[in-house]
Amino acid sequence: MKPDYERPVIQKLNTGLLNKFGSRTEQRPVKQIEGVAISDLMDQYGSPLFVISEKKIRQTYRRALKAFTMRYPKVQFAWSYKTNYLDAVCRVFHQEGSWAEVVSGFEYRKALGNGVPGNLIIFNGPDKSTEDLQMAVDNRSLIHIDHFDELYALIELLEGTEKRARVAIRVNMDTGVYPQWDRFGFNYESGEAWNAIMKIVTQKNLDLEGLHCHIGTYMLTPGAYSVATQKMCELAQATANRTGVKVKYIDMGGGFCSSNTLKGSYLQGVDVIPTFDDYAEAIVNTIMHFGFRPDELPLLILETGRALIDEAGSLLGTVLAAKRLSDGRRATILDIGVNILFTSFWYNHRISPAQEFTQHAEEMALYGPLCMNIDCIRESVSLPLLKRGDRVVIHEVGAYNMTQWMQFITLRPNVVMIDTNGKVHLIRKNETMESIVEQECLPDHLKDFTL
Amino acid sequence: MNIRKNIAISESGFIFNPLTGDSFSVNETGLFVLRKLKAEENEETILKAFQEEFELDRNTAEIDLNDFLSMLKSYQLTAYEEA
Repeated sequence: MKPDYERPVIQKLNTGLLNKFGSRTEQRPVKQIEGVAISDLMDQYGSPLFVISEKKIRQTYRRALKAFTMRYPKVQFAWSYKTNYLDAVCRVFHQEGSWAEVVSGFEYRKALGNGVPGNLIIFNGPDKSTEDLQMAVDNRSLIHIDHFDELYALIELLEGTEKRARVAIRVNMDTGVYPQWDRFGFNYESGEAWNAIMKIVTQKNLDLEGLHCHIGTYMLTPGAYSVATQKMCELAQATANRTGVKVKYIDMGGGFCSSNTLKGSYLQGVDVIPTFDDYAEAIVNTIMHFGFRPDELPLLILETGRALIDEAGSLLGTVLAAKRLSDGRRATILDIGVNILFTSFWYNHRISPAQEFTQHAEEMALYGPLCMNIDCIRESVSLPLLKRGDRVVIHEVGAYNMTQWMQFITLRPNVVMIDTNGKVHLIRKNETMESIVEQECLPDHLKDFTL
Repeated sequence: MNIRKNIAISESGFIFNPLTGDSFSVNETGLFVLRKLKAEENEETILKAFQEEFELDRNTAEIDLNDFLSMLKSYQLTAYEEA
């Protein structure tokens, strides 16, 4: 029997350039996800293919919930639809007890379609049409007001009616981190948030039920949450003292990190990110030490998205070609482009081969299939030798990719979910030529031509 | 294409270029090609030997061999050839 073939490679050895992390990024192939063979998945559902593990979602959710509930008696998670609004994914979170947190009329309707009661939908975001607001009022949803124009639109909408709206204000603030997120909601330090509160409490149709903030994304410093929580508690207390309105909840938004590695980060994400316990400690300690009476502790709402779903998603793909760049570097072209892996713009995603390989590795750039210079998945990564037809797994892609993806040059692929019993379910069909063209309308005079 | 005569090739695939002081490592297949080149076999012969030794088709062999030879050249491991 002939020995296995591996294409010939030569590597220049560099002395004096030590790498404390070693030269290899992957030690063994990833051949299965939740017990299902990757080769079977790709043979049946094609390449590329998004795979979501229901088991991982539930495990991560329960870990996050436990971190907070073991410290605080009143905790409620609300699933951030924008992070991944595939119905199957949303329903896993709703089965676990999550409310819905939406930021557009489209997402709002998706939550209703998923069977979430209107009064358990949190409506965030700067874009709420009059129609959206009317729907949210009628459904008794929690409307998180983003700006004065929205507040006044809501006041006008309810004027002369007996209807009441359940509202909160979105508050932005200086938490000691840079950049300060100040585009959402009303500013705390300038007094704008207070002005909004005063306007709301004087309206007969508005019930101020909570305070909300969203201090940033991929927050590496739990201390920022302590600062934010302190300011939210002070605002809640000032509101109670001066107006008599006791807010029922404090919503600390999202922003918890997943273990992906940010571009430019020296250390791997998994080594630097705070745990759910770290975040819970920062937030809950602040509330508990603030001085609320035990029977007046506000409900703590969390809208964590990324940290709950990223790890549950994998993207399977195939090597289209291996070529050389002008400086001799290896370039590997995958059928996964930035159009479906949007997060590759800010993460150095971990990538594993899905078949056996030898101990030899190559430094390479990983490109997608798009005829666009920006289509780069990894600028430089050391991976085992890859050849046309080889399969790869890109890890931790569950957050944002299946919502921010775009139909560009190629079509969006199938998405499957592996349930807790290892059964595979198609949860979003791949796009086809027909599904794209169906949306187009062709004027009569452009129907015929002769070349 | 010939490999330069003063290039040292070890049994384990360690390559040393005394002219530049550079050292390299090659995998088993790379070592196979280097030995053939050292024995002054031409590319066509190497291609055939490649297919006899390993389970692969002619096109893959050609693509991979050309890529490997281009790297040898870029690392200055090949003898000067008249244009």
